[in-house]
Amino acid sequence: MSVLVIAEHDNAQLKAATLNVVAAATQIDSDVHVLVAGGDAQAVADEAAKVAGVTKVLMADSPALADALAENVAEQVLAVASDYSHILFASTAGGENVSPRVAAKLDVAQVSDIMTVISADTFERPIYAGNAIATVQSSDATKVLTVRTTSFDAVAAEGGSAEIVKIDSVADSGGSEFIGRELATSDRPELAGAAVVVSGGRGMGSADNFKILDPLADKLGAALGASRAAVDAGYAPNDWQVGQTGKIVAPQLYVAVGISGAIQHLAGMKDSKVIVAINKDGEAPIFGVSDYGYVGDLFEAVPEMVTTL
Amino acid sequence: MKVLVPVKRVVDYNVKVRVKSDQTGVDIANVKMSMNPFDEIAVEEAMRLKEKGTVSEVVAISCGVAQCQETLRTAMAIGADRGVLVQTDEELQPLAVAKILKGIAEKEQPDLIILGKQAIDDDANQTGQMLAALMGWPQATFASKVEVADGKATVTREIDGGLETLELTLPAIVTTDLRLNEPRYVTLPNIMKSKKKPLETLTPADFGVDVTPRLKTLKVVEPAARSAGIKVPDMAALVDKLKNEAKVV
Repeated sequence: MSVLVIAEHDNAQLKAATLNVVAAATQIDSDVHVLVAGGDAQAVADEAAKVAGVTKVLMADSPALADALAENVAEQVLAVASDYSHILFASTAGGENVSPRVAAKLDVAQVSDIMTVISADTFERPIYAGNAIATVQSSDATKVLTVRTTSFDAVAAEGGSAEIVKIDSVADSGGSEFIGRELATSDRPELAGAAVVVSGGRGMGSADNFKILDPLADKLGAALGASRAAVDAGYAPNDWQVGQTGKIVAPQLYVAVGISGAIQHLAGMKDSKVIVAINKDGEAPIFGVSDYGYVGDLFEAVPEMVTTL
Repeated sequence: MKVLVPVKRVVDYNVKVRVKSDQTGVDIANVKMSMNPFDEIAVEEAMRLKEKGTVSEVVAISCGVAQCQETLRTAMAIGADRGVLVQTDEELQPLAVAKILKGIAEKEQPDLIILGKQAIDDDANQTGQMLAALMGWPQATFASKVEVADGKATVTREIDGGLETLELTLPAIVTTDLRLNEPRYVTLPNIMKSKKKPLETLTPADFGVDVTPRLKTLKVVEPAARSAGIKVPDMAALVDKLKNEAKVV
Protein backbone atom coordinates (compact mmCIF):
# COMPACT_ATOMS: atom_id res chain seq x y z
CA MET A 1 0.00 0.00 0.00
CA SER A 2 1.14 3.55 -0.64
CA VAL A 3 2.06 6.15 1.94
CA LEU A 4 0.62 9.66 2.06
CA VAL A 5 2.49 12.83 3.00
CA ILE A 6 0.45 15.91 3.86
CA ALA A 7 2.13 18.90 2.23
CA GLU A 8 2.95 21.90 4.35
CA HIS A 9 2.45 25.10 2.36
CA ASP A 10 1.02 28.63 2.28
CA ASN A 11 -0.93 28.16 -1.00
CA ALA A 12 1.96 29.76 -2.88
CA GLN A 13 5.00 27.69 -1.93
CA LEU A 14 5.71 24.24 -0.65
CA LYS A 15 7.41 24.51 2.76
CA ALA A 16 10.81 22.88 3.07
CA ALA A 17 9.59 20.68 5.97
CA THR A 18 7.65 18.63 3.41
CA LEU A 19 10.93 17.47 1.85
CA ASN A 20 12.04 16.01 5.18
CA VAL A 21 8.70 14.24 5.63
CA VAL A 22 8.95 12.78 2.12
CA ALA A 23 12.41 11.50 3.12
CA ALA A 24 10.87 9.66 6.09
CA ALA A 25 8.07 8.35 3.85
CA THR A 26 10.47 6.87 1.30
CA GLN A 27 12.02 4.82 4.12
CA ILE A 28 8.62 3.20 4.67
CA ASP A 29 7.50 2.58 1.08
CA SER A 30 8.62 3.54 -2.42
CA ASP A 31 5.13 4.66 -3.48
CA VAL A 32 4.90 8.11 -1.88
CA HIS A 33 1.91 10.34 -2.59
CA VAL A 34 1.59 13.96 -1.46
CA LEU A 35 -1.71 15.63 -0.61
CA VAL A 36 -1.88 19.34 -1.28
CA ALA A 37 -5.00 20.65 0.45
CA GLY A 38 -5.31 24.38 -0.12
CA GLY A 39 -7.01 27.23 -1.92
CA ASP A 40 -5.61 28.41 -5.25
CA ALA A 41 -2.64 26.18 -4.56
CA GLN A 42 -1.81 24.92 -8.07
CA ALA A 43 1.73 26.29 -7.74
CA VAL A 44 2.23 24.15 -4.63
CA ALA A 45 0.99 21.03 -6.41
CA ASP A 46 3.34 21.76 -9.33
CA GLU A 47 6.22 22.08 -6.90
CA ALA A 48 5.25 18.89 -5.05
CA ALA A 49 5.14 16.96 -8.33
CA LYS A 50 8.81 17.78 -8.90
CA VAL A 51 9.98 16.51 -5.50
CA ALA A 52 12.29 13.52 -5.80
CA GLY A 53 10.62 10.27 -4.75
CA VAL A 54 7.04 11.48 -5.05
CA THR A 55 4.94 9.26 -7.34
CA LYS A 56 1.60 11.06 -7.25
CA VAL A 57 0.21 14.39 -6.06
CA LEU A 58 -3.39 14.65 -4.89
CA MET A 59 -4.73 18.16 -5.09
CA ALA A 60 -7.82 19.35 -3.27
CA ASP A 61 -8.47 22.99 -4.04
CA SER A 62 -11.21 24.90 -2.28
CA PRO A 63 -11.73 28.16 -0.35
CA ALA A 64 -12.58 25.95 2.68
CA LEU A 65 -8.99 24.66 2.64
CA ALA A 66 -7.25 27.97 1.99
CA ASP A 67 -6.67 28.85 5.65
CA ALA A 68 -5.64 25.35 6.73
CA LEU A 69 -8.41 25.06 9.33
CA ALA A 70 -7.78 21.81 11.20
CA GLU A 71 -11.38 20.61 10.93
CA ASN A 72 -11.46 20.90 7.12
CA VAL A 73 -7.94 19.67 6.39
CA ALA A 74 -8.49 16.63 8.64
CA GLU A 75 -11.71 15.78 6.78
CA GLN A 76 -9.87 16.11 3.47
CA VAL A 77 -7.21 13.67 4.64
CA LEU A 78 -9.87 11.27 5.93
CA ALA A 79 -11.57 11.34 2.52
CA VAL A 80 -8.56 9.56 1.00
CA ALA A 81 -7.15 7.82 4.11
CA SER A 82 -8.43 4.32 3.27
CA ASP A 83 -6.01 4.09 0.32
CA TYR A 84 -2.94 4.39 2.53
CA SER A 85 -1.01 2.33 5.06
CA HIS A 86 0.75 5.37 6.53
CA ILE A 87 -0.19 9.05 6.78
CA LEU A 88 2.66 11.41 7.57
CA PHE A 89 2.65 15.01 8.74
CA ALA A 90 5.51 17.31 9.71
CA SER A 91 5.95 17.87 13.47
CA THR A 92 5.26 21.55 13.05
CA ALA A 93 2.51 23.76 14.45
CA GLY A 94 0.63 23.08 11.21
CA GLY A 95 1.04 19.31 11.18
CA GLU A 96 0.46 18.82 14.89
CA ASN A 97 -2.76 20.80 14.66
CA VAL A 98 -4.35 18.41 12.16
CA SER A 99 -2.73 15.01 12.60
CA PRO A 100 -4.36 13.87 15.88
CA ARG A 101 -7.82 14.65 14.47
CA VAL A 102 -7.12 12.25 11.62
CA ALA A 103 -5.81 9.56 13.98
CA ALA A 104 -8.78 9.86 16.35
CA LYS A 105 -11.30 9.60 13.52
CA LEU A 106 -9.53 6.50 12.19
CA ASP A 107 -9.48 5.15 15.77
CA VAL A 108 -5.73 4.66 15.65
CA ALA A 109 -2.87 5.84 17.84
CA GLN A 110 -0.65 8.59 16.50
CA VAL A 111 3.10 8.24 16.77
CA SER A 112 4.35 11.77 17.40
CA ASP A 113 7.66 13.22 16.32
CA ILE A 114 9.35 10.15 14.87
CA MET A 115 13.16 10.40 14.61
CA THR A 116 13.90 7.03 13.02
CA VAL A 117 11.96 4.58 10.88
CA ILE A 118 13.01 1.14 12.12
CA SER A 119 10.40 -0.76 10.14
CA ALA A 120 6.95 -0.09 8.71
CA ASP A 121 5.40 -0.39 12.16
CA THR A 122 8.27 0.51 14.51
CA PHE A 123 9.68 3.96 15.13
CA GLU A 124 11.95 5.85 17.49
CA ARG A 125 10.63 8.98 19.15
CA PRO A 126 11.85 11.31 21.90
CA ILE A 127 10.11 11.48 25.28
CA TYR A 128 10.81 13.64 28.34
CA ALA A 129 12.20 16.50 26.26
CA GLY A 130 14.53 14.16 24.43
CA ASN A 131 16.10 12.88 27.65
CA ALA A 132 14.97 9.41 26.62
CA ILE A 133 14.34 7.81 23.25
CA ALA A 134 11.50 5.30 23.03
CA THR A 135 11.15 2.61 20.38
CA VAL A 136 7.43 2.10 19.81
CA GLN A 137 5.51 -0.37 17.72
CA SER A 138 2.04 0.33 16.37
CA SER A 139 -0.47 -2.46 15.91
CA ASP A 140 -3.04 -0.24 14.20
CA ALA A 141 -4.14 -0.77 10.60
CA THR A 142 -3.20 2.76 9.55
CA LYS A 143 -0.13 4.44 10.98
CA VAL A 144 -0.55 8.16 11.54
CA LEU A 145 2.85 9.75 12.13
CA THR A 146 4.30 13.18 12.70
CA VAL A 147 7.91 13.50 11.60
CA ARG A 148 10.70 15.38 13.37
CA THR A 149 12.00 17.19 10.31
CA THR A 150 15.54 17.69 11.64
CA SER A 151 15.98 13.90 11.92
CA PHE A 152 15.59 13.22 8.19
CA ASP A 153 17.73 14.74 5.45
CA ALA A 154 15.52 16.50 2.92
CA VAL A 155 14.98 14.85 -0.46
CA ALA A 156 15.78 16.92 -3.55
CA ALA A 157 13.15 19.52 -4.42
CA GLU A 158 13.67 18.82 -8.12
CA GLY A 159 14.02 15.72 -10.21
CA GLY A 160 10.62 14.03 -9.88
CA SER A 161 7.74 14.18 -12.32
CA ALA A 162 4.68 12.90 -10.53
CA GLU A 163 1.20 13.15 -11.99
CA ILE A 164 -1.18 15.60 -10.34
CA VAL A 165 -4.65 14.22 -9.67
CA LYS A 166 -7.41 16.60 -8.67
CA ILE A 167 -9.73 15.21 -6.02
CA ASP A 168 -13.08 16.44 -4.70
CA SER A 169 -12.67 18.84 -1.83
CA VAL A 170 -14.65 18.52 1.39
CA ALA A 171 -17.25 21.02 2.54
CA ASP A 172 -16.48 23.64 5.19
CA SER A 173 -17.18 22.27 8.69
CA GLY A 174 -18.62 25.62 9.69
CA GLY A 175 -17.56 25.56 13.36
CA SER A 176 -14.36 27.50 12.92
CA GLU A 177 -13.82 30.75 11.07
CA PHE A 178 -10.52 32.26 10.05
CA ILE A 179 -10.24 35.87 11.19
CA GLY A 180 -6.69 36.92 10.46
CA ARG A 181 -3.02 36.17 10.51
CA GLU A 182 -0.04 38.22 11.59
CA LEU A 183 3.15 36.81 10.19
CA ALA A 184 6.46 38.24 11.28
CA THR A 185 8.18 39.64 8.22
CA SER A 186 11.85 38.94 8.24
CA ASP A 187 14.59 38.67 5.67
CA ARG A 188 16.22 36.06 7.84
CA PRO A 189 15.96 32.34 7.09
CA GLU A 190 13.20 30.33 8.74
CA LEU A 191 14.28 29.19 12.20
CA ALA A 192 13.40 25.52 11.83
CA GLY A 193 15.42 25.04 8.66
CA ALA A 194 18.24 27.59 9.04
CA ALA A 195 21.86 26.53 8.57
CA VAL A 196 22.95 28.91 11.32
CA VAL A 197 20.97 29.94 14.40
CA VAL A 198 21.87 32.67 16.89
CA SER A 199 19.83 32.40 20.10
CA GLY A 200 19.57 34.61 23.14
CA GLY A 201 18.57 33.69 26.66
CA ARG A 202 17.65 35.36 29.90
CA GLY A 203 21.19 36.72 30.10
CA MET A 204 20.26 39.19 27.34
CA GLY A 205 18.50 41.18 30.05
CA SER A 206 15.85 42.93 27.94
CA ALA A 207 14.05 42.98 24.60
CA ASP A 208 16.16 46.00 23.62
CA ASN A 209 19.39 44.18 24.36
CA PHE A 210 18.31 41.38 22.03
CA LYS A 211 19.07 43.79 19.18
CA ILE A 212 22.79 43.28 19.69
CA LEU A 213 22.28 39.83 18.16
CA ASP A 214 21.08 41.36 14.87
CA PRO A 215 24.54 42.25 13.45
CA LEU A 216 25.83 38.80 14.38
CA ALA A 217 22.88 37.09 12.71
CA ASP A 218 23.34 39.38 9.66
CA LYS A 219 26.99 38.44 9.39
CA LEU A 220 26.32 34.70 9.74
CA GLY A 221 23.13 34.68 7.63
CA ALA A 222 21.48 33.20 10.69
CA ALA A 223 17.94 32.84 11.99
CA LEU A 224 17.29 34.28 15.45
CA GLY A 225 16.13 32.08 18.30
CA ALA A 226 15.52 32.36 22.02
CA SER A 227 15.29 30.22 25.12
CA ARG A 228 11.98 29.71 26.88
CA ALA A 229 13.25 31.88 29.73
CA ALA A 230 13.81 34.77 27.31
CA VAL A 231 10.37 34.28 25.78
CA ASP A 232 8.79 34.05 29.25
CA ALA A 233 10.50 37.29 30.22
CA GLY A 234 9.08 38.99 27.12
CA TYR A 235 12.49 39.59 25.52
CA ALA A 236 11.66 37.67 22.33
CA PRO A 237 8.56 36.48 20.47
CA ASN A 238 7.30 32.95 21.17
CA ASP A 239 7.87 32.07 17.54
CA TRP A 240 11.61 32.23 18.24
CA GLN A 241 11.45 29.69 21.05
CA VAL A 242 13.87 26.79 20.69
CA GLY A 243 13.26 23.82 22.97
CA GLN A 244 10.92 21.09 24.11
CA THR A 245 7.86 23.29 23.80
CA GLY A 246 9.10 25.41 20.92
CA LYS A 247 11.02 24.59 17.78
CA ILE A 248 13.50 21.77 17.33
CA VAL A 249 16.53 22.90 15.33
CA ALA A 250 19.66 21.15 14.12
CA PRO A 251 21.68 23.75 12.20
CA GLN A 252 25.32 23.50 11.12
CA LEU A 253 26.13 26.18 13.70
CA TYR A 254 24.18 27.12 16.82
CA VAL A 255 25.36 30.14 18.80
CA ALA A 256 23.84 30.28 22.31
CA VAL A 257 24.23 33.72 23.87
CA GLY A 258 23.35 34.25 27.53
CA ILE A 259 21.61 30.88 27.64
CA SER A 260 22.26 28.74 30.72
CA GLY A 261 21.15 25.51 29.06
CA ALA A 262 18.02 24.25 30.83
CA ILE A 263 16.97 20.70 29.92
CA GLN A 264 14.03 22.07 27.95
CA HIS A 265 16.30 24.24 25.81
CA LEU A 266 18.91 21.55 25.18
CA ALA A 267 16.09 19.32 23.93
CA GLY A 268 15.60 21.72 21.05
CA MET A 269 19.17 22.25 19.86
CA LYS A 270 21.55 19.52 21.01
CA ASP A 271 21.54 17.85 17.59
CA SER A 272 23.18 20.92 16.05
CA LYS A 273 26.46 20.12 14.32
CA VAL A 274 28.57 22.76 16.06
CA ILE A 275 27.47 24.57 19.22
CA VAL A 276 29.03 27.78 20.49
CA ALA A 277 28.15 29.09 23.95
CA ILE A 278 28.80 32.58 25.27
CA ASN A 279 27.92 32.96 28.92
CA LYS A 280 29.33 34.76 31.93
CA ASP A 281 28.75 31.74 34.19
CA GLY A 282 31.48 29.20 33.49
CA GLU A 283 29.47 26.51 35.30
CA ALA A 284 26.39 26.92 33.08
CA PRO A 285 25.11 23.55 31.73
CA ILE A 286 25.24 24.91 28.18
CA PHE A 287 29.02 24.45 28.26
CA GLY A 288 28.43 20.71 28.77
CA VAL A 289 27.07 20.38 25.23
CA SER A 290 29.00 23.11 23.44
CA ASP A 291 31.98 22.52 21.16
CA TYR A 292 33.37 26.00 21.80
CA GLY A 293 32.63 27.96 24.93
CA TYR A 294 33.53 31.50 25.90
CA VAL A 295 33.13 32.62 29.49
CA GLY A 296 32.64 36.35 29.66
CA ASP A 297 30.39 39.35 29.16
CA LEU A 298 28.17 38.80 26.14
CA PHE A 299 27.73 42.55 25.61
CA GLU A 300 31.44 42.78 24.85
CA ALA A 301 31.86 39.37 23.21
CA VAL A 302 29.06 39.60 20.65
CA PRO A 303 30.14 42.90 19.02
CA GLU A 304 33.74 41.65 19.10
CA MET A 305 32.71 38.44 17.36
CA VAL A 306 30.97 40.49 14.67
CA THR A 307 34.10 42.53 13.97
CA THR A 308 36.36 39.47 14.00
CA LEU A 309 34.21 37.47 11.59
CA MET B 1 -21.33 28.38 31.26
CA LYS B 2 -19.25 25.42 32.25
CA VAL B 3 -15.59 24.75 31.45
CA LEU B 4 -13.80 21.40 31.77
CA VAL B 5 -10.05 21.38 32.33
CA PRO B 6 -8.24 18.03 32.08
CA VAL B 7 -5.01 17.98 34.13
CA LYS B 8 -2.20 15.43 33.97
CA ARG B 9 0.15 14.30 36.72
CA VAL B 10 3.68 14.26 35.31
CA VAL B 11 7.28 14.20 36.49
CA ASP B 12 8.08 17.75 37.63
CA TYR B 13 9.66 19.83 34.90
CA ASN B 14 12.80 20.41 36.96
CA VAL B 15 13.56 16.71 37.32
CA LYS B 16 16.04 15.19 34.89
CA VAL B 17 14.69 11.70 34.35
CA ARG B 18 16.91 8.61 34.24
CA VAL B 19 16.38 5.74 31.89
CA LYS B 20 16.03 2.37 33.69
CA SER B 21 18.94 0.01 33.13
CA ASP B 22 16.62 -2.69 31.77
CA GLN B 23 15.44 -0.24 29.08
CA THR B 24 11.76 -0.64 30.00
CA GLY B 25 11.16 3.03 30.64
CA VAL B 26 12.26 5.93 32.79
CA ASP B 27 12.63 5.67 36.54
CA ILE B 28 9.82 7.66 38.17
CA ALA B 29 10.02 6.04 41.61
CA ASN B 30 10.58 8.70 44.31
CA VAL B 31 10.74 11.63 41.90
CA LYS B 32 8.71 14.79 42.39
CA MET B 33 5.44 14.79 40.48
CA SER B 34 3.51 17.93 39.53
CA MET B 35 0.72 19.16 37.34
CA ASN B 36 1.77 19.38 33.69
CA PRO B 37 2.75 23.07 33.24
CA PHE B 38 0.53 23.61 30.20
CA ASP B 39 -2.44 22.23 32.18
CA GLU B 40 -1.72 24.74 34.93
CA ILE B 41 -2.01 27.46 32.29
CA ALA B 42 -5.33 25.88 31.25
CA VAL B 43 -6.72 25.96 34.80
CA GLU B 44 -5.56 29.57 35.18
CA GLU B 45 -7.29 30.58 31.94
CA ALA B 46 -10.53 28.93 33.05
CA MET B 47 -10.30 30.82 36.36
CA ARG B 48 -9.76 34.13 34.59
CA LEU B 49 -12.90 33.50 32.51
CA LYS B 50 -14.75 32.71 35.72
CA GLU B 51 -13.48 35.85 37.42
CA LYS B 52 -14.67 37.92 34.44
CA GLY B 53 -18.13 36.42 34.94
CA THR B 54 -18.15 34.58 31.61
CA VAL B 55 -17.88 31.17 33.23
CA SER B 56 -19.89 29.88 36.18
CA GLU B 57 -18.26 26.52 36.87
CA VAL B 58 -14.78 25.06 36.34
CA VAL B 59 -14.43 21.27 36.59
CA ALA B 60 -10.95 19.67 36.71
CA ILE B 61 -10.52 16.13 35.43
CA SER B 62 -7.59 13.79 35.76
CA CYS B 63 -7.13 10.29 34.35
CA GLY B 64 -4.68 7.85 35.90
CA VAL B 65 -3.50 6.45 39.22
CA ALA B 66 -5.00 7.28 42.65
CA GLN B 67 -2.30 9.92 43.28
CA CYS B 68 -3.80 12.06 40.50
CA GLN B 69 -6.07 13.23 43.33
CA GLU B 70 -3.17 15.47 44.38
CA THR B 71 -3.10 17.03 40.91
CA LEU B 72 -6.85 17.62 41.13
CA ARG B 73 -6.42 19.22 44.57
CA THR B 74 -3.86 21.58 43.03
CA ALA B 75 -6.35 22.50 40.30
CA MET B 76 -8.98 23.13 42.98
CA ALA B 77 -6.49 25.21 44.98
CA ILE B 78 -6.00 27.39 41.88
CA GLY B 79 -9.79 27.68 41.91
CA ALA B 80 -11.55 24.83 40.11
CA ASP B 81 -14.93 24.15 41.73
CA ARG B 82 -14.73 20.36 41.76
CA GLY B 83 -12.69 17.45 40.52
CA VAL B 84 -13.32 14.20 38.67
CA LEU B 85 -10.75 11.40 38.84
CA VAL B 86 -11.01 8.61 36.31
CA GLN B 87 -8.89 6.07 38.09
CA THR B 88 -6.87 3.29 36.50
CA ASP B 89 -3.44 1.77 36.97
CA GLU B 90 -3.15 0.99 33.25
CA GLU B 91 -0.84 3.03 31.03
CA LEU B 92 -3.04 5.64 29.33
CA GLN B 93 -2.26 6.77 25.81
CA PRO B 94 -3.72 9.96 24.28
CA LEU B 95 -6.47 8.21 22.27
CA ALA B 96 -7.75 6.44 25.41
CA VAL B 97 -7.67 9.69 27.39
CA ALA B 98 -9.56 11.49 24.60
CA LYS B 99 -12.23 8.76 24.68
CA ILE B 100 -12.61 9.04 28.47
CA LEU B 101 -12.85 12.83 28.20
CA LYS B 102 -15.52 12.44 25.52
CA GLY B 103 -17.53 10.34 27.99
CA ILE B 104 -17.18 13.04 30.63
CA ALA B 105 -18.03 15.82 28.17
CA GLU B 106 -21.21 14.03 27.13
CA LYS B 107 -22.21 13.75 30.79
CA GLU B 108 -21.17 17.25 31.86
CA GLN B 109 -22.19 19.15 28.69
CA PRO B 110 -19.54 21.91 28.94
CA ASP B 111 -19.35 24.89 26.58
CA LEU B 112 -15.57 24.87 26.50
CA ILE B 113 -12.79 22.40 27.26
CA ILE B 114 -9.33 23.88 27.83
CA LEU B 115 -6.35 21.51 27.73
CA GLY B 116 -2.58 21.90 27.79
CA LYS B 117 -1.10 21.64 24.30
CA GLN B 118 1.19 18.80 25.32
CA ALA B 119 2.31 16.91 28.40
CA ILE B 120 5.98 17.17 29.22
CA ASP B 121 6.39 13.42 29.78
CA ASP B 122 5.27 11.78 26.54
CA ASP B 123 5.45 15.05 24.53
CA ALA B 124 2.63 13.73 22.33
CA ASN B 125 0.60 16.89 21.62
CA GLN B 126 -2.50 14.90 20.67
CA THR B 127 -5.23 14.74 23.31
CA GLY B 128 -6.97 18.07 22.66
CA GLN B 129 -7.13 17.60 18.92
CA MET B 130 -8.30 13.99 19.32
CA LEU B 131 -11.04 15.04 21.72
CA ALA B 132 -12.17 17.78 19.31
CA ALA B 133 -12.38 15.24 16.49
CA LEU B 134 -14.27 12.67 18.59
CA MET B 135 -16.75 15.35 19.75
CA GLY B 136 -17.03 16.85 16.26
CA TRP B 137 -16.16 20.23 17.82
CA PRO B 138 -14.01 23.03 16.41
CA GLN B 139 -10.56 23.52 17.93
CA ALA B 140 -8.01 26.24 18.47
CA THR B 141 -4.68 24.77 19.50
CA PHE B 142 -1.61 26.57 20.91
CA ALA B 143 -3.65 29.53 22.17
CA SER B 144 -1.97 32.73 23.29
CA LYS B 145 -5.21 34.70 23.83
CA VAL B 146 -8.79 33.59 24.47
CA GLU B 147 -11.92 35.75 24.52
CA VAL B 148 -15.38 34.30 25.03
CA ALA B 149 -18.61 36.14 24.22
CA ASP B 150 -21.98 35.50 22.58
CA GLY B 151 -21.51 31.77 22.11
CA LYS B 152 -18.16 32.24 20.38
CA ALA B 153 -14.54 31.94 21.40
CA THR B 154 -12.07 34.21 19.64
CA VAL B 155 -8.66 32.63 19.95
CA THR B 156 -5.24 33.87 18.89
CA ARG B 157 -2.92 30.96 18.12
CA GLU B 158 0.84 30.54 17.93
CA ILE B 159 1.67 29.25 14.44
CA ASP B 160 4.91 28.83 12.51
CA GLY B 161 6.04 32.34 11.64
CA GLY B 162 3.59 34.30 13.77
CA LEU B 163 0.02 34.37 15.04
CA GLU B 164 -3.42 33.67 13.66
CA THR B 165 -6.88 34.34 15.01
CA LEU B 166 -9.85 32.00 14.74
CA GLU B 167 -13.45 32.37 15.83
CA LEU B 168 -14.98 29.15 17.11
CA THR B 169 -18.65 28.43 17.65
CA LEU B 170 -19.07 26.93 21.12
CA PRO B 171 -18.87 24.23 22.32
CA ALA B 172 -15.21 24.08 21.39
CA ILE B 173 -11.76 22.90 22.38
CA VAL B 174 -8.82 25.18 23.19
CA THR B 175 -5.27 24.02 23.92
CA THR B 176 -2.89 26.34 25.72
CA ASP B 177 0.52 27.63 24.73
CA LEU B 178 3.12 29.17 26.97
CA ARG B 179 2.25 32.84 26.61
CA LEU B 180 -1.49 32.53 27.31
CA ASN B 181 -1.06 33.54 30.94
CA GLU B 182 1.14 33.20 33.98
CA PRO B 183 -0.52 30.89 36.51
CA ARG B 184 -1.05 32.32 39.98
CA TYR B 185 0.73 31.00 43.04
CA VAL B 186 -1.36 28.70 45.12
CA THR B 187 -1.86 30.10 48.60
CA LEU B 188 -2.13 28.08 51.80
CA PRO B 189 -5.74 29.13 52.54
CA ASN B 190 -6.71 28.01 49.04
CA ILE B 191 -4.95 24.69 49.53
CA MET B 192 -6.99 24.22 52.72
CA LYS B 193 -10.19 25.18 50.91
CA SER B 194 -9.44 22.78 48.04
CA LYS B 195 -9.55 19.86 50.46
CA LYS B 196 -13.22 20.52 51.13
CA LYS B 197 -14.20 20.69 47.46
CA PRO B 198 -16.02 17.67 45.95
CA LEU B 199 -13.93 15.03 44.19
CA GLU B 200 -15.73 12.25 42.35
CA THR B 201 -13.92 9.01 41.43
CA LEU B 202 -14.93 7.03 38.35
CA THR B 203 -13.28 4.40 36.15
CA PRO B 204 -12.75 4.11 32.36
CA ALA B 205 -15.32 1.28 32.40
CA ASP B 206 -17.97 3.80 33.55
CA PHE B 207 -17.61 5.34 30.10
CA GLY B 208 -17.25 2.01 28.28
CA VAL B 209 -13.71 2.90 27.22
CA ASP B 210 -11.15 0.19 26.50
CA VAL B 211 -7.84 1.79 27.50
CA THR B 212 -5.58 -1.01 26.22
CA PRO B 213 -2.48 0.72 24.79
CA ARG B 214 -2.28 0.74 20.98
CA LEU B 215 1.41 1.51 20.93
CA LYS B 216 3.80 -0.96 22.47
CA THR B 217 7.03 0.45 23.88
CA LEU B 218 9.76 -1.99 22.90
CA LYS B 219 12.55 -0.16 24.68
CA VAL B 220 13.62 3.16 26.12
CA VAL B 221 17.24 4.27 25.90
CA GLU B 222 19.37 7.30 26.72
CA PRO B 223 19.93 9.64 23.79
CA ALA B 224 23.41 9.74 22.26
CA ALA B 225 25.46 11.89 24.61
CA ARG B 226 27.19 15.00 23.40
CA SER B 227 30.55 15.63 24.98
CA ALA B 228 31.71 19.01 26.16
CA GLY B 229 34.24 20.75 23.94
CA ILE B 230 36.81 23.38 24.77
CA LYS B 231 36.76 26.89 26.19
CA VAL B 232 38.23 29.62 24.04
CA PRO B 233 40.09 32.59 25.57
CA ASP B 234 38.75 35.26 23.21
CA MET B 235 36.68 35.92 20.12
CA ALA B 236 39.69 35.75 17.80
CA ALA B 237 40.30 32.18 18.93
CA LEU B 238 36.61 31.34 18.57
CA VAL B 239 36.35 32.70 15.03
CA ASP B 240 39.59 30.92 14.11
CA LYS B 241 38.17 27.60 15.37
CA LEU B 242 34.89 28.12 13.53
CA LYS B 243 36.70 28.95 10.28
CA ASN B 244 39.58 26.50 10.33
CA GLU B 245 38.60 23.62 12.61
CA ALA B 246 34.81 23.29 12.41
CA LYS B 247 34.70 24.97 8.99
CA VAL B 248 31.16 26.25 9.55
CA VAL B 249 31.69 29.92 8.73
